[in-house]
Amino acid sequence: MKQKQKIVVIGAGMASGRVIENLVETAPDDFDITLFNAEQRGNYNRIMLSPVLSGEKTYEDIVTHDDDWYAAHGVTCRFGEHVVGIDAAQKTVTGQNGTVSYDKLIIATGSAPFIIPVPGKDLPGVITYRDLDDTNAMIEASQKGGSAVVIGGGLLGLEAAAGLAERGMSVTVVHLMGHLMERQLDEAAGYLLRRDLERRGITIRTQASTKAIIGDGRAEAVLLDTDESLPADLVVMAVGIRPETRLATDAGLEVARGIQVDAQMQTSDPDIFAVGECVEFDGNLFGLVAPLYDQAKVLSQTLMGQADAFVVKDTATKLKVTGCDLFSAGDFADGEGREDIVLRDPARGVYKRLVIEEDRLIGAVMYGDTADGNWFFQLIKDATDVEDMRETLIFGPSAQGGDTVDPLSAVAALPRDAEICGCNGICKGTIVDAIEGGAGDLGTVRATTKASASCGTCTGLVEQLLQVTLGDDFQMPTAQPVCGCCELTHEDLRRLIKSQELKSQEAVWQELGWKTRNGCHVCRPAVNYYLLADWPLEYRDDPQSRFVNERKHANIQKDGTFSVVPRMWGGITNPAELRAIADAADKYNVPTVKVTGGQRIDLLGVKGEDLPFIWADLNRAGLVSGHAYSKGLRTVKTCVGSDHCRFGTQDSTGLGIKLEQILWGSWTPHKVKLGVSGCPRNCAEATCKDIGIICVDSGYQVSVAGAAGMDLKETEPLGDAASEQEAIDLTIAFVQLYRENAKYLDRAYKWVAKVGLDWVKSQVVDDLNERARLIEAFELSQSVYRRDPWAEGAKVATSFQPLADLTLEAAE
Amino acid sequence: MNWIDVGAIEDIPLRGARKIKTALGCVAIFRTGLQEVFAASNLCPHKGGPLSEGIIHGQSVTCPLHNWVFDLNSGQAQGEDASIPTFPVEVRDGRILLDGTELAKRSAA
Repeated sequence: MKQKQKIVVIGAGMASGRVIENLVETAPDDFDITLFNAEQRGNYNRIMLSPVLSGEKTYEDIVTHDDDWYAAHGVTCRFGEHVVGIDAAQKTVTGQNGTVSYDKLIIATGSAPFIIPVPGKDLPGVITYRDLDDTNAMIEASQKGGSAVVIGGGLLGLEAAAGLAERGMSVTVVHLMGHLMERQLDEAAGYLLRRDLERRGITIRTQASTKAIIGDGRAEAVLLDTDESLPADLVVMAVGIRPETRLATDAGLEVARGIQVDAQMQTSDPDIFAVGECVEFDGNLFGLVAPLYDQAKVLSQTLMGQADAFVVKDTATKLKVTGCDLFSAGDFADGEGREDIVLRDPARGVYKRLVIEEDRLIGAVMYGDTADGNWFFQLIKDATDVEDMRETLIFGPSAQGGDTVDPLSAVAALPRDAEICGCNGICKGTIVDAIEGGAGDLGTVRATTKASASCGTCTGLVEQLLQVTLGDDFQMPTAQPVCGCCELTHEDLRRLIKSQELKSQEAVWQELGWKTRNGCHVCRPAVNYYLLADWPLEYRDDPQSRFVNERKHANIQKDGTFSVVPRMWGGITNPAELRAIADAADKYNVPTVKVTGGQRIDLLGVKGEDLPFIWADLNRAGLVSGHAYSKGLRTVKTCVGSDHCRFGTQDSTGLGIKLEQILWGSWTPHKVKLGVSGCPRNCAEATCKDIGIICVDSGYQVSVAGAAGMDLKETEPLGDAASEQEAIDLTIAFVQLYRENAKYLDRAYKWVAKVGLDWVKSQVVDDLNERARLIEAFELSQSVYRRDPWAEGAKVATSFQPLADLTLEAAE
Repeated sequence: MNWIDVGAIEDIPLRGARKIKTALGCVAIFRTGLQEVFAASNLCPHKGGPLSEGIIHGQSVTCPLHNWVFDLNSGQAQGEDASIPTFPVEVRDGRILLDGTELAKRSAA
């Protein structure tokens, strides 16, 4: 066996993370890797800190390598430990907890925020924005409300400002230059960005210079050089970054602005390499992820003995603030011999500018509509001659002849070397090869090629490639938006309704950029459900956003009549109820009476006009709606249990009735059916329900996520309960967790498959505080919804009748 | 014109609909905005679904049976070679007025 090469890595960022990933995946037996990180954690997707700050994502969503990953790949982690020094002669690295020797050293110390040297810069309450700890500090500070001043109107500063405003702080951005993001945007786009941010309540001060941060013991205000003072409970410094080079300098490496490397990422010491934001190559520094990943690829190749060389490429910029759509690429400064093509649509807030030099596109700035950004970027990178399409160039690829209006044909027409994923530099050909090699869904394409695995903005393109390549074999996956009215997935929509505290449909449409007046038949029921599930007291269920069955509280049949199913608690009935049902069937000429699989009786063929009257008759006998029509609790099927059965171990019927009485009336993402069997013989068929309980001598086995429909699936064990009350608690907590988290129209088994049973158990079974919270939240909602909709419908019988009868009107 | 008063606009919930019986079949009145109503046949040409029971969005209705979507201005079904007859309707002083002449003519046609 050959000796493993000892690699020491200083800094767990996105660039070094990619290097380690390449090494352990390509040559798992060749390297013995030790990873130092000053932060108390490993590699996560720093590009996504802004969504974490704004509440659209959580830290868990952006972890790239977790402890299990490092363990599985044998990487020795020394997290939370600062490196004290490098001894290049002895080839050792010394951390706070000891020294380790290396064969090759990788310095990936990233960058440090630039702190402007003004009085008060060290006061508590002044923070920078670089890592998760900064992000968490900002989230914590924002919870107290108050004012924040962000110094710096560049990419990072504006993302911080937007996130803090989202979290309810009053935010002012202080920017030294004349317009925002002056390195990426021209003045016109800067103006539109400023206007959009101001509309969100953010105050923008341009050409403003900070003189001091003042405060007694902690930051209280920012003093401008005009002597104006801006109140600030929190000051965020985001004026820029500089490569973190101290360790390299101390080690005697050549350092200019950054650690100097050659095209193989080698420093002035042949056994020391550097990668990421800390390096300087050919006079360039790097801050965006795409070139960092290029560097990572080159460095891993070099370490594995393969020839490769890093080259500097153009990069494109996007701002990750929801609702601010901007794109810039290339060089767009004014200059001799350069010509502009500008398109403005003030009504839509759209601005596009292309800069052309010698018949080549060299720069593009877009605001408001950036759909064609990647196409323009490709023209810039390829230095395509645009003379022939100049007239229509600014209208994008769809105006360039041919039928490219369909986005699929546009993707299909791209050449193999067209770049799809800018972050990771993945071309169409690589993705198509992966798909043809068996990567049949988005997750697998991400895992095998890394395409769309970083910032995710190219996810749509990757999906289109899957569709183009696989044709009908490909089903558009869950990353699809809810419908054509919006750009959001169900998951994002749910998260934003919670984090932005949107409590009405109008608020959702407005704040989340609905493209239609008031949604459509796909999104309206989903939004209605999410709102009532998250805000049971503030939001009222909207019948006009319900499918007919849930609005009419009966199931529509193919001939336009309805079916009526009264509730029979736990499948138990009595002669009086049966008589009332028989009388109703007679009185309303019900053509079909059927016993259902859920242990109750279905009256089929009732006319819509008769519904309130048949309900009133059934109500009089004590019968209420069985909700056989709703995305809510349907039935609790039981066996006779210990009352009658010689095998019964517990009172399964009694438990079923209790559960049904607790759960009835609740709305859920999809229907919910329960079964309670008195012994493992399972006569109530509990193990194919959404929730199934099997009674045993020692108590109750609660299992969940079964299915007996399009899919057939046995339930999986959630937990064992010693008492009936505990079985009830587990059931309620599970239902509430499902209500709070699942996508609308996902049955419980589909939802559990997505989030994992382990997570469900951790919330419902292991965490007793969370279980109690879930039960309390469910009860709060039930204080509104545990009521009989039939009794209410019977009171407004006229609304079920025709508005007018003109059959007797003389039609002239 | 022969305007027939068929009811108050408040009798129809916002983004809701009610049907009206006529000698030649049911007509649905859709309330798409606070003061905006449309009238069209209640019968979906696909499988006869009751359009007044559909979800109303923008100036369209989705049939409750198989999700055909109709533009209430033209009666045209989205993506299908089919349409429903539409009828002149007005709101005056909170009352919904339907044109009986048009109704008779078109229904008979």
